[in-house]
Amino acid sequence: MIKFTNVFKAFPKGGLALKDVSFHIAKGEFVFLTGHSGAGKSTVLKLVYAEEPVTSGEVRVSGFTLAEARRRDIPKLRRRLGIVFQDFRLLEDRTAEENVAFALEVTGARRASIPARVMRVLTQVGLAAKAHAYPRELSGGEQQRVAIARALVNEPTVLLADEPTGNLDERATRGVFQLLRDINASGTAVVMATHDLDLVRQAPYRVIELQEGALVYDSAVDEPRDQAASP
Amino acid sequence: MNLVIREALLAFRRAPLLSTLSVTTIAFSLFVVGLFGLVAVNLQQALRDVAERVEIVAYLLPGAPIETITLAEKDIEAFPEVQAATYVSEDQALARARAELVEFRDVLQELERNPLPASIEVKLKPRFRDVEHVNAVAERLRGFGFVDDVRYGRDWVANVDRLRQIAAAVGLVVGAAFAAVAIIIIGTTIRMAVLQRSREIAIMRLVGATDGFVRRPFLLQGALKGMLGGLAAVALSYGAYALINRWLIHAEFFSREQAVAIVGFGMLIGFFGSAASVGRHLRRV
Repeated sequence: MIKFTNVFKAFPKGGLALKDVSFHIAKGEFVFLTGHSGAGKSTVLKLVYAEEPVTSGEVRVSGFTLAEARRRDIPKLRRRLGIVFQDFRLLEDRTAEENVAFALEVTGARRASIPARVMRVLTQVGLAAKAHAYPRELSGGEQQRVAIARALVNEPTVLLADEPTGNLDERATRGVFQLLRDINASGTAVVMATHDLDLVRQAPYRVIELQEGALVYDSAVDEPRDQAASP
Repeated sequence: MNLVIREALLAFRRAPLLSTLSVTTIAFSLFVVGLFGLVAVNLQQALRDVAERVEIVAYLLPGAPIETITLAEKDIEAFPEVQAATYVSEDQALARARAELVEFRDVLQELERNPLPASIEVKLKPRFRDVEHVNAVAERLRGFGFVDDVRYGRDWVANVDRLRQIAAAVGLVVGAAFAAVAIIIIGTTIRMAVLQRSREIAIMRLVGATDGFVRRPFLLQGALKGMLGGLAAVALSYGAYALINRWLIHAEFFSREQAVAIVGFGMLIGFFGSAASVGRHLRRV
């Protein structure tokens, strides 16, 4: 599904963002990507959705080998992924419904099928009643749910979430996290970058920890450890 | 395609201020080009009117038989440069002189014998009204046995010629400069529109839009803005023309083809300006 083999990533101005990172995430897994800010969590995700090129090593995602992927293959890859960010990245001048529909439209989905698919995911994230609201009329948690609905509408095999709860209060955080768990329970792999260790402790999921660009802990291969010791 | 049109039109609704600004900028840039075009068109017309008067007159020896002259007239009309050749008899020449030279009417009335020679007046086709061709035709006319003398304003033709060349060169250089400035201004405006939507472009790409999908609405929108700007520029130019015509001098407006060319020019700049801006933007992200 997602396989990193000896991956290095250099910053454009020198220095390494990732140093010799290897891991494998299987279909349907839920993985926390943890570490301090600047540890390389976002970089890992950016390599997965081909926002940045690999410097050396190999990244394979859902059948694509990214070093070989041409620019025009990138959209095909991204249609198999759902991506959620800390800052939601919604289009302010479109309603919740339109924001979600947009993700289908750009991929050339059949027009007639769009409204039903949009309503289905909005219902899934619990926002069917606010389909016609604009992002500014929604709370942070609701906006993140719209973003998650947008990520889900193309039925991705993996959902990548980069600090999805970073801008949310505790209650909204719990709601969004539960939503991600539900999504995972229905078979979609979830990779969630977070530095919220309370969240990490709440669930028995795999943890991959990065420190200054190096993978320092992977609960799937390393001995279990006292999570209180980790940052 | 449906979606491309919708997205392109939505951009006008979503960013009405910036869209209006782009169209206005395009309109005024092209208006400047259009004004210059009006000057060029009218200058050209004026020069054409002057060149219209380029005429070669072959004076005939007295007593040349009219049959010979009629045949020669036909020959001359068959010259590739010649638009018309008209025979003016001695009597016609005198009648014309009486009509035109009013101050000499008395003198002309008292003549016992008509002193004026018959002539053939030769008018050249518009594209041959330059020194070289006028000289060539005059030389050929001299070759006819019954032709006494050939007259035309040699210096005057040369001056008109030079004026025409200067006008063409200035027109080309200044026109190109104006067009270049218009292209730069319009390109900048379009770049602003692309930058304003860079967030949207980033999101489109994140959810799996192809570059082509991102690009197409911008191209259509650029062409549309260019067209609207072009139409506005033609309208502004018409306003300027109407004012000049009413208060200053009698002027010519663009032909239909020229007006269409201005609108087409706007569309092309809009289209290619957008292509360049979006292309550059996409290469960066």
